[in-house]
Amino acid sequence: MSIVSSLSPRSGRSTELVLLLGAVGIVGVAYVNLGLATTGTVPPGLAALGAGYLGVTLAFHLVLRWRAKHADPLMLPIVTLLNGLGLVMIHRIDIARGRDLSDGVALRQLMWSALAVGIATAVLVVLRDHRLLRRYTYIAGVGGFALLLLPLLPVIGTEEFGSRIWIRLGPLSFQPGEVAKLALAVFFAGYLVQTRDALSVAGRKILGLTLPRARDLGPILLAWGASLGVLVFERDLGSSLLFFGLFVAMLYVATERVSWIAIGLGLFVAGAYVAYLVFGHVQTRVLLWLDTFSPEALETSDQLARGLMGMAAGGMVGTGLGQGRPDITYLAESDFIIPSFGEELGMIGLFAILTLYALLVERGLRTSLGTRDGFGKLLAAGLSFSLALQCFVVVGGVTRIIPLTGLTAPFLSSGGSSLLANWALLALLLRISDHARRPLPDPSEAEAVGAAHTQVVKLP
Amino acid sequence: MLSELTLTVLRLGLLVLLWLFIFAVVGVLRGDLYGTRVNRRPTTPARGTPAVQPPPAPPRRRGLPKPVKKGPSRLVVTAGPLSGTTLPLHRSGTLIGRSPECALVLDDDYASGRHARIYQDDSGTWMVEDLRSTNGTYLGATRLTEPREVAVGSVLRIGQTMLELQR
Repeated sequence: MSIVSSLSPRSGRSTELVLLLGAVGIVGVAYVNLGLATTGTVPPGLAALGAGYLGVTLAFHLVLRWRAKHADPLMLPIVTLLNGLGLVMIHRIDIARGRDLSDGVALRQLMWSALAVGIATAVLVVLRDHRLLRRYTYIAGVGGFALLLLPLLPVIGTEEFGSRIWIRLGPLSFQPGEVAKLALAVFFAGYLVQTRDALSVAGRKILGLTLPRARDLGPILLAWGASLGVLVFERDLGSSLLFFGLFVAMLYVATERVSWIAIGLGLFVAGAYVAYLVFGHVQTRVLLWLDTFSPEALETSDQLARGLMGMAAGGMVGTGLGQGRPDITYLAESDFIIPSFGEELGMIGLFAILTLYALLVERGLRTSLGTRDGFGKLLAAGLSFSLALQCFVVVGGVTRIIPLTGLTAPFLSSGGSSLLANWALLALLLRISDHARRPLPDPSEAEAVGAAHTQVVKLP
Repeated sequence: MLSELTLTVLRLGLLVLLWLFIFAVVGVLRGDLYGTRVNRRPTTPARGTPAVQPPPAPPRRRGLPKPVKKGPSRLVVTAGPLSGTTLPLHRSGTLIGRSPECALVLDDDYASGRHARIYQDDSGTWMVEDLRSTNGTYLGATRLTEPREVAVGSVLRIGQTMLELQR
């Protein structure tokens, strides 16, 4: 004999605090290791930087205690660790390039981190309930596509490294595609929660796949067209893959129909093949992917080859922070930060980082399972899937699983827009998980309200 | 050389710390699987005395039906995947089905999301009601078409699950 009782989960805020201290401690050890390896002394700014970083994350932790008491306790420590390791690695590349802490990329990244935490805090404080976002479904959709198209505008849009994905306003440059990811996830979640019944029920069955009706294909064709447009006009393979993958995954989560994945993959393969035939830059990418070490490929770019060599030099345990040469690779602090870690922390360290990403995504999907409203489920699933897909595209690109595309590793890579967007994404996930893990109201209290008599008030 | 040794210790220590952090996270994950908890019941009292003491009467509110001393107080699963679990009955209603919002969440392919409800009506009698489930709720051998009165010892069948009301 046993008794079933509904167990309300512990809020886990204290666990979060302990893990946070651990995460900041590990970042500190990494920083000391770097200082000892490069200059032979403990870096002078250790106490100040460590205290600053700890202060920023503790502030976020306190906001969680205040505004999202039941939020998932694991996401913040994981992200703190990833962000801190990224900072250390960016600082390490700075040192190798002869830049000081005061004029390096690392300091800028540190400021962006603080700003990103500030924005994430604002999201948590302002947005008390994620379901409010559903009211802005179509605004988010229009805004997301507008942000995507922003770099194409003549004055503010600029082209760097062959991709037209930046906008520049005075001294500030920004990658609006990163924020578009969030807006589009909100749009897809709001749209699909309305239309999923029509999308999942109607249709004919052919070869075991239930094919949707032609008129229901409209949205997926639209998303396909938009992502191909990004690919063609902005020459950004990574973002286009990310958006289309996000949409197909959310369609699948909403409808539970494998046929959408088949259709989506088919469309993507067809689109990518046509793009390969038509565009020179796609052909170059494929050449670099398939024959990285061929003379023609090395003539174009030896970046991928150098990254692979770096990882090979790292081996199993790595050369140690500050003792390898990751700076030889072009863009070693942003797109190629994964090979930099592979070289200096080795396969063991790289897999630790990948495991951290996997755990973060798992917590996001768990949140999606636990939430009780359909919109929150779809949004959490979409946001965590976009993180996972981004990791896959980045790590797959530098390890030659797929052609290399310019995406940043979430939380690690140098880049302000990516940091801002990903911290905001984290805040949204935390907000949804607060909802998912909050204990149900006591039924006996609801009973008293429900059982009260309706009184007829007689007017004289 | 000392600094060489320190460096090696530090760089290997960093890897160890990273993995320790991951194992700590996984440890928290393991303890975080929440939902319904199935506990062993505390020592069973001697036969003859009521198994569950009625809880101390809550402050009497106007309009609530009087708590009835007689009548069932708990629901026992006697057959099916959850066999052996007990659930206290709420006067406001106990929802049975596969949906996670239900008080008794059945792991039964033949049960509907919100399958049936056991509640106490205004006169204080316990009733069972089928919530338009696909495969029906059976009281004894008859399929429910309307709310029916149940008493201690009534046997309900939902899909492959047998439920019995006990005092």
